[in-house]
Amino acid sequence: MKNKEIIRLDHIKRDFTVGNSTVHALRGVSFSIEAGEFVTIMGTSGSGKSTLLNILGCLDTPTSGEYYLDGVAVRSMGRNQRALLRNRKIGFVFQSYNLLPKTTALENVELPLMYNPNIPARRRRELASEALEAVGLGDRKEHKSNQMSGGQQQRVAIARALVNDPVIILADEATGNLDTRTSYEILVLFQQLHARGRTIIFVTHNPELSAFSSRNIVLRDGHVIADEYNQKQASAADVLKTLPVENE
Amino acid sequence: MNISNLFKIAFRALNNNKLRCFLTMLGIIIGVASVITMLAIGQGSKRSIKKQISEMGSNMIMIHPGNMERGGVRQSADDMQTLKLDDYTAICDETEYVAAVSPSVQSSGQFINGANNYPSSLYGISQGYLEIRKISIDEGEMFTDRDIQSAAKVCLIGKTVADNLFPDGESPVGKIIRFNKIPFTIIGTLVPKGYNSMGMDQDDLVLAPYTTVQKRVLAITYLQGIFCSALSEELTEQAIDEISILLRRNHKLTAHEEDDFEIRSQQELSSMLTSTSDMMTLLLACVAGISLLVGGIGIMNIMYVSVTERTKEIGLRMSIGARGIDILSQFLLEAILISVTGGIIGVLTGVGASISVHAFFKWPIFIEPMSVVLSFAVCTLTGIFFGWYPARKAANLDPIEALRYE
Ligand SMILES: Nc1ncnc2c1ncn2[C@@H]1O[C@H](COP(=O)(O)OP(=O)(O)O)[C@@H](O)[C@H]1O
Ligand SMILES: [Mg+2]
Repeated sequence: MKNKEIIRLDHIKRDFTVGNSTVHALRGVSFSIEAGEFVTIMGTSGSGKSTLLNILGCLDTPTSGEYYLDGVAVRSMGRNQRALLRNRKIGFVFQSYNLLPKTTALENVELPLMYNPNIPARRRRELASEALEAVGLGDRKEHKSNQMSGGQQQRVAIARALVNDPVIILADEATGNLDTRTSYEILVLFQQLHARGRTIIFVTHNPELSAFSSRNIVLRDGHVIADEYNQKQASAADVLKTLPVENE
Repeated sequence: MNISNLFKIAFRALNNNKLRCFLTMLGIIIGVASVITMLAIGQGSKRSIKKQISEMGSNMIMIHPGNMERGGVRQSADDMQTLKLDDYTAICDETEYVAAVSPSVQSSGQFINGANNYPSSLYGISQGYLEIRKISIDEGEMFTDRDIQSAAKVCLIGKTVADNLFPDGESPVGKIIRFNKIPFTIIGTLVPKGYNSMGMDQDDLVLAPYTTVQKRVLAITYLQGIFCSALSEELTEQAIDEISILLRRNHKLTAHEEDDFEIRSQQELSSMLTSTSDMMTLLLACVAGISLLVGGIGIMNIMYVSVTERTKEIGLRMSIGARGIDILSQFLLEAILISVTGGIIGVLTGVGASISVHAFFKWPIFIEPMSVVLSFAVCTLTGIFFGWYPARKAANLDPIEALRYE
């Protein structure tokens, strides 16, 4: 069965001009991603992962090449159209969570829907509630972001990425700030979401994490140097069982 | 983004920084409160001056000797004797726009009733004076033409004088008081008028026939002044012209000679006083306006700090779909909320302060609704004006840069 194509990159290049010199962050990247894939993008620091993810997330435009998101060509779009795409089709998860301070989990998760005038306040709360339950924080809805652990904050951030029912979830070093155990807990969550049919792109510099996704793309110096499907996807939940339990 | 979400977001942001918000607001509060208080005081004093003047007779015209040079030496008005009884009778007989006329001579000194004495002013006038100054008789009667002819030793006294000379509350009418050893029979008392806007006691006076004051008190034959009233306030100008022509003819002044008298009208005085008070109001309003401006700059400053501080938040909002206009509206609304809330508190404070000023210092106040509306509008504009640049800076941030900001 051939799944729907969600992302197609055609010779994407991205140059940055720093003073007189040009940095080629991406030197012609092409691949496509279908619905239901869990892709890890790996590479050493500076290999262009974040640059690529920013383009995928419609935060940045490539210098050349074309990018199709859910069948729509993004490169020619204006600022506002790209903002709309981000709001409706993309969920971001950041390394540093980026929750609003002094704000409850529920309100943080509601935030993307605030920018969607089609969703009334009641529906917004319902959706945010559901998203928090989906990440296992059903009992922490009213907790303020600064009263939560790193793992919990990242769960809230994932719920926020889920709440607008995006076609793709983009995570940039989502476990980068977390200890090993919490990292695996988050990874378990991503695998659960994947199992429920979510399409995920997970950027990491940690090669160990590639075992848990369905596909691996490796970047080096702005080139794709490997792109392999993972036939034997490891279970993060199994690994988690082998880790010693720390008392909180 | 719809309006209610926008408000929710802005309120939340302000709520997270209550103290800072309040301190920023303080500038606006002080600005608006001072505008309102200053205008209330200014308008209040202007109104009270106007009211007092119209009570005093807004169509009053005062003629005094003056403006005469002899051998290049300017003399003081008191020493000049250019106004004569003839001038008074001429004005009485030969004018068209003059309603009432009264000569005026004046002396000050101690009035004595047995053991009680009180310093006051004795005005020598004719019956017309009552109409001109809008004075009414409380008890007793006005003196007559015969009293004037005979320079009768009769007088009418104001309430302050009556209270001081007759502290027991007995009726002064028919009693005899002494002034300069001259016994005056009190034939009437005057209806009290209270203090005027310049703080002068309008009941501190004694009225007597001008002939009596001229002959028995001052021993002079000239007049110190002539009081008239025009038929109406609007006809004051015509009356003045008429009197001026008449007096110049009487005094046989040639075309190139200056007037040897001076004509002042209440209307003139009124516009002089109100223009002084207008000027004060304007000055006060300027000072208050400047404090509003300073308040506005405070808002701008704090909004810039806020934008810088929340760069990461702005980046996040953009990454989840906020457009530039959403970010702009959010920060602009925050600025407007600060200034409008400050404006509301400022209006309340200003009204409260005005009322306190009235309560504690007995100053007349008048809160013009327009000044409230105006300072409120200025507040909102201040919010928009000073919130605009920081908000635009926020809206133009690059989302990636903003997200990376530490
Ligand atoms: N805004 C920018 N201006 C200039 N150079 C940049 C910018 N963003 C990224 N780069 C450069 O592009 C390359 C790829 O960066 P990045 O995508 O952040 O790498 P990674 O996320 O894989 O560590 C690096 O050499 C980096 O210095
Ligand atoms: Mg990176």
